[in-house]
Amino acid sequence: MIPEAGLSAIWLAAALSLLGLFLSIAHVRGKLEADRPVRALAMVQGLLCLIAFAMLVIVFARTDLSVALVAENSHSAKPLIYKIAGAWGNHEGSMLLWVTVLGVSGAALAIFSRQLPSRTLVAALGAQAALALGFHAFLLFASNPFARLDPAPLEGRGLNPLLQDPGLAFHPPTLYLGYVGLSVAFSLAVGAMLAGDVDRQLARAMRPWVLGAWIFLTLGITAGSYWAYYELGWGGWWFWDPVENASLMPWLAATALLHSVAVLAARNALKAWTMMLAVIAFSMSMVGTFLVRSGILTSVHAFAVDPTRGAFILGLLGIYVTAAFVLFAVRAGSLREGAPFELVSREAGIVVNNLLLTVILGIVFIGTLYPLMAEALSGEKLSVGAPYFDSVAGPLAILLGILLAFGPLLSWRQEKRPIFRKLALPALCAATALVIAFLAMPQASILSRLGLALAAGLIPAAILPLTGRNPLRTPLATWGMVIAHLGAAVSVAGMAADSAFTTEKLTAVRLGETVDVGPWLVRFENVSPVAGPNWTALEAELRASRGGGVHVLRPQSRFFTDPPTETNEAAIQTVLGGQLYTVLGQADQEGRWQLRLWWKPMVTLIWLGGMLVGLGGLLALIGHSMRVWRRRRAASL
Amino acid sequence: MIARPKHQRLVLVVLALLSVLGAVLLAMWGLKDRAAYFYTPADVVAGKAVAGKAVRLGGMVERGSVKRDRDGVTTRFMVEDGEARVLVSYRGILPDLFREGSGVVAEGKLAPDQTFVADNILAKHDERYMPPELGNQAAEHKVGQTLKR
Repeated sequence: MIPEAGLSAIWLAAALSLLGLFLSIAHVRGKLEADRPVRALAMVQGLLCLIAFAMLVIVFARTDLSVALVAENSHSAKPLIYKIAGAWGNHEGSMLLWVTVLGVSGAALAIFSRQLPSRTLVAALGAQAALALGFHAFLLFASNPFARLDPAPLEGRGLNPLLQDPGLAFHPPTLYLGYVGLSVAFSLAVGAMLAGDVDRQLARAMRPWVLGAWIFLTLGITAGSYWAYYELGWGGWWFWDPVENASLMPWLAATALLHSVAVLAARNALKAWTMMLAVIAFSMSMVGTFLVRSGILTSVHAFAVDPTRGAFILGLLGIYVTAAFVLFAVRAGSLREGAPFELVSREAGIVVNNLLLTVILGIVFIGTLYPLMAEALSGEKLSVGAPYFDSVAGPLAILLGILLAFGPLLSWRQEKRPIFRKLALPALCAATALVIAFLAMPQASILSRLGLALAAGLIPAAILPLTGRNPLRTPLATWGMVIAHLGAAVSVAGMAADSAFTTEKLTAVRLGETVDVGPWLVRFENVSPVAGPNWTALEAELRASRGGGVHVLRPQSRFFTDPPTETNEAAIQTVLGGQLYTVLGQADQEGRWQLRLWWKPMVTLIWLGGMLVGLGGLLALIGHSMRVWRRRRAASL
Repeated sequence: MIARPKHQRLVLVVLALLSVLGAVLLAMWGLKDRAAYFYTPADVVAGKAVAGKAVRLGGMVERGSVKRDRDGVTTRFMVEDGEARVLVSYRGILPDLFREGSGVVAEGKLAPDQTFVADNILAKHDERYMPPELGNQAAEHKVGQTLKR
């Protein structure tokens, strides 16, 4: 009964979103007053999505093998947490999660954005209902998560062992909150353009959504990068895999949007520009969903190869994006002119930030889709990887970093003070690092040397907006900005350091032999069999020392039984200054084992920076929300 | 420079269009010699792959061809597609699902002596994870057909 309850909830939610769409159209055209019903429908629809998703989780937790999805993706001998995570570790379940976030976002929009003019809010809820309707239809007609299997098999087929990892269990929900949270920015933009009310109030209503979605995207990408780093055992942290790019593209667009929506909120400028970015950001989320979920890319994230699904998502994508762009083309001209600004001003800085982010987005977009296009058009098979993305997008990212050093110091509208004097210290740091990097590190790539110099200047520069301020009186949002920018600088430092300073050792050793990598001496002590809940493994014991204390690392070669698969489990020791990364390979006839060791100084900064960026976003979100709350309370008194 | 409002909007539109155009031009420039083409051993033997350029080579690992060098970490094996075979040399830990007689994609460069020097090896995982070229494409189909014969 539980699966049927879930399926009914989806049908009902679809029906309600259709009703909500009609009512909101009628309201916007002035035919009837449907403010309250539309909001109520959005809330109930969100609740129904949640119920459907809860039903799926229950079915997975109980390993109900009469449900086809469970039989194909789960196994009774799996730890409970992976049974639950299995609910979204597959195509149908993850799309249900996607739709659930969409529905809940619509409900939250109806609850929290009442300060907007009624026409704008109802039109936005109508846009949200239109989005929900399409994706509900996708679930119901192309991707039913609750389909039954008769007769039920005796045992399930298990979950891909690469996905049986605590970090990955929460990776998709985090990313989806980001992807789909951007739907609200899209709907608000569509609603505001329909109602003709693009102003500061709209920007203030849109900003928390953009910030929230962007925080989740940032954390999701950071976590995903760390997962790839320790789980794949290749020692890299970003592979320019299409699936990674699918999450990077909405992030780039959301980062641009975040900055331009701040201009709209503070200065009532960049109106059409911000609306365009809001449309692009969620379009990129849908492109990402299409890439990952259509099966067009075959990778660890793409589960089923079913052409109807790809065509369905592509169709939805085409309809929504075209409709939004047509609306934009029709309405952009009628938007009232934004407030003017000078060539040297914070607004202009943010315009350049947006342009650079857009160009990077375009480069990533083209590079990601080019192999698909080339194969479709000429049948030629090719792949686009790090050489393209690093060399084409890398220099632009450096430019963006330079802009970040002084952009936040500029004042709104027109800069009259000599701000460049403040930048003396950061410039000195960057110049010193640049000279050292070019004289002392001839083997490192140019991009990594530039990156090191940039980070050396950017870390002090990021803190400059706080100088001359009383820290206790500084608004939380300013703290958030400073911490997020500092995080970006820290992350750049980690990326450049990983590329410039990593030492690698690949060798075959016998028991008792010692290998050196960087400053470390690693002794290969032992290999022994170990067993986990649903796997067995060969585990090496490595004793690593550099001067003082000894660290024991235990890399494994794991064998999973359901489905039968092997994986390498890297062992990583984090110390002050970096990470020692070890992978166990195969044995040969002479009793030698392959070992691959990396000493990666400062690599941890990559993810630490990512977390700082997320924290900065969170502080800004809290700061802005408190200000809105205070303003509302003052208004009601 | 004081820009009048109308003027400013025009400047922004032009900037946006220029940045899109710039992205397209940069991407085209970058893709021209940085995209890695996918070849089968038959393509390589026919001389389609230029030595020294990053490409991907896909096919089956020939049975009985896998040999490890004395350093313990360099592996040499033949990749075949039923029509031709290419010697691949790879220094590193092979992926878990690397098997003789099963599909493989090697990323790397062709050396002047026609050995393929791989920097990375992707093996066919279970039915849910495989390098795209091995999943649904002619390469494997062709290989499978020829091997059946």
